[in-house]
Amino acid sequence: MDFKDTAEEAAYRATVRSWIEANAGAIKQTHGDRAEGVVSSKAWQKIKYDAGYVGITWPKVVGGQGGTPMQQIIFNQEEARVNAPTGLYAIGLGMCIPTVFTHALTPDIAARYVPSAMNGVEVWCQLFSEPAAGSDLAGIRTRAELDGDEWVINGQKVWTSGAHLSDFGIVVTRTDPTVPKHKGMTMFIVDMKAPGVDVRPIKQMSGGSEFNEVFFTDVRVKDSHRLGAVGDGWKVALTTLMHERVAVGGKPSNAPGVQEMIELARAIDTDSGNALEQSHVRQKIAEVYIQDRGIALTRMRTISALSSGRTPGPESSISKVVVAKMMQDMGSFASDMAESAGLVTDKDGDALPHLGKLQQGYIWSAGLRIAGGTDEVLRNIIAERVLGLPGDSRPDKNLPFNEMGKAEG
Amino acid sequence: MNFQFSDEAEALRDQARRFLSDKSGRDKARAVMDGGTSHDAALWQEIVALGWTGLRITEEYGGLGLSVLELCVLAEEVGRALSPVPFTSSVLLATEALLIAGTDAQKARWLPKLAEGSAIGTVALGEGTAAAPGVRSSVTIKDGCVSGVKLPVPDAAAADFIILSGPDGLILIETAASGVTIDAVETIDLVRTSSRVTLTNAPAEPMAGGRDALERFLASSAILLAFEGIGGADTALDMAVAYAKERVAFGRKIGGYQAVKHRCADMYIKNQLARSHAYYGAWALLTDAPELAQAAAGARVSAIEAFQFAAEENVQIHGGIGFTWESDCQFFYRRARLLALMLGSKTHWADRLIRALEQRNAPLAV
Repeated sequence: MDFKDTAEEAAYRATVRSWIEANAGAIKQTHGDRAEGVVSSKAWQKIKYDAGYVGITWPKVVGGQGGTPMQQIIFNQEEARVNAPTGLYAIGLGMCIPTVFTHALTPDIAARYVPSAMNGVEVWCQLFSEPAAGSDLAGIRTRAELDGDEWVINGQKVWTSGAHLSDFGIVVTRTDPTVPKHKGMTMFIVDMKAPGVDVRPIKQMSGGSEFNEVFFTDVRVKDSHRLGAVGDGWKVALTTLMHERVAVGGKPSNAPGVQEMIELARAIDTDSGNALEQSHVRQKIAEVYIQDRGIALTRMRTISALSSGRTPGPESSISKVVVAKMMQDMGSFASDMAESAGLVTDKDGDALPHLGKLQQGYIWSAGLRIAGGTDEVLRNIIAERVLGLPGDSRPDKNLPFNEMGKAEG
Repeated sequence: MNFQFSDEAEALRDQARRFLSDKSGRDKARAVMDGGTSHDAALWQEIVALGWTGLRITEEYGGLGLSVLELCVLAEEVGRALSPVPFTSSVLLATEALLIAGTDAQKARWLPKLAEGSAIGTVALGEGTAAAPGVRSSVTIKDGCVSGVKLPVPDAAAADFIILSGPDGLILIETAASGVTIDAVETIDLVRTSSRVTLTNAPAEPMAGGRDALERFLASSAILLAFEGIGGADTALDMAVAYAKERVAFGRKIGGYQAVKHRCADMYIKNQLARSHAYYGAWALLTDAPELAQAAAGARVSAIEAFQFAAEENVQIHGGIGFTWESDCQFFYRRARLLALMLGSKTHWADRLIRALEQRNAPLAV
């Protein structure tokens, strides 16, 4: 056992690292200024594209590099070291474009959209969730109706990350309400600047607005922009979701962990001495360590399998459900330790070490426990797909969509 | 990155799992629980014949000289099968203690016997309410003789020698020596029999390395017992899942209800976290990494937590049948307590973990 790269991996890492170091001058760290953030993200994406570091694992025929998962992991690790701005493209390149090149009807469509997404000129979003369809995605109601060689879309999407910054999106719609819900859906590429698309930011509990509501009113999409066959939308959406769980999986790279908890505890004097000397604090930090380091080590098991050309086990499916709740627990415990001081928002991060970050984590984690599969849905997935337990009760599964109300209660 | 077991170790795992599922069904554990013997002697002889008792012992002493990774694999499989043999006491603990702290004379005397199966060893750590072995110890040595009481000592009834923790490190005594009294006691675990060991001026041989060797031995034991624990935890999960797939209530299989399936998912999550920490421990042992103290404590805390949760919820998911004497659920429920308490409790090891982290602000290797 070792944590070292293979010779091949080490060579790739060295190439990537020296390339990043040579180009790191182009990386601008931006905080809080959205317009500036978009500009610096686009600039960095273009540089990567020109050097052939976009779509590392994608097939060459769609413009990718035909590389290995290990190469992608190594590139991501090296990019994270310099804190490069990549968030703007996480959804588009992580989920939308693989769906586009897998399910586009003609090579022309892929040729039109894939390169301009890879070079960062066009930004993409994923239009899945609706007010009445979150965990139960197949319950979507946004309709698409055929009119000549065009589809007319009406309805509402919600929780669409980055829709306000996007040029295009992939949208899942209902095209046949007379068949059971999983069977009557179809997916399309939609122009976010088209007439009838109305993007309205959602102000989140955290105060920020990274997500949006998107309203569709008689939005027209050419049939050539369909993804997959009519009625195959569920299958196409699964391609996207498979990529989503990978993208949302781990702990955000700048999120606090065990070390931050130790430093914070060390800086707090309680009525009965230093916080880090208190038994209950040590027990709690140990608990965080088991989860935080445990997830990092579990990831290494996955990487190790990839590195040796084996298929990773299902253990990586535990990542998000552990990390989201852990961030919440860390946040509440950190502020508990600080007593009254823990209540005062540490905006500038100068009251106590890491307190501000842990407070922010507390607010954010409430959303993270829901985004990309709720804790409950993820436990269902582990129980059903990994452990093979029977599926949930789904009384509407075989009913035509337009008769589903009868299954309620 | 190579954070997995080698093909050779995996082949050994397959072989061990086949052998144990064939020869060490849980009826064997039940027979020892019911029958008043210290262990299954016939099964133990077969295990000796496979070379498992000499797995880590070098060839000069008649062993196979394999690495600690292979030992971790066997620890997990024996834990999975709950085999009623002194494997943990003799192979995981006493043999490793000799390899870590044995004098040349002690090694020469005992290692060949352990390898060929003509001797069984055990270790005696527990004393009253003391958490850390060797601390607050009643054990005293005077003129080459040791006095004190150790309780409970697993497998002492079958052992030819016992390695004790004392205030200055590890001490070896022979059970046949004068001044050694071994009285059976009942513990929560009814399969692995335990005793009270009373020493009254018994001839003692201090081992080498003092407290440093004791610490090293504790780290090694924490990791090996973690592997035994994740084996048991995985069996408890498998039992719960199998039952949930079969038991019908309110018109459907209970595994379809979220209250049941989410608990199984939580068992899986804890078992996987514990497995990852145990692997980290195996790596630290194998490479003698500076992270050893941290990795050992993490492996132990995580495994205790996972096994306890899986054992408790396994009974719960079985419902009433799980609480009967006839059900096998009790074996794991009881074994989880044994593993949680025989080396210092979770609270104690969580504290050791934080101490290791305070001393060493080490980032992960990658």
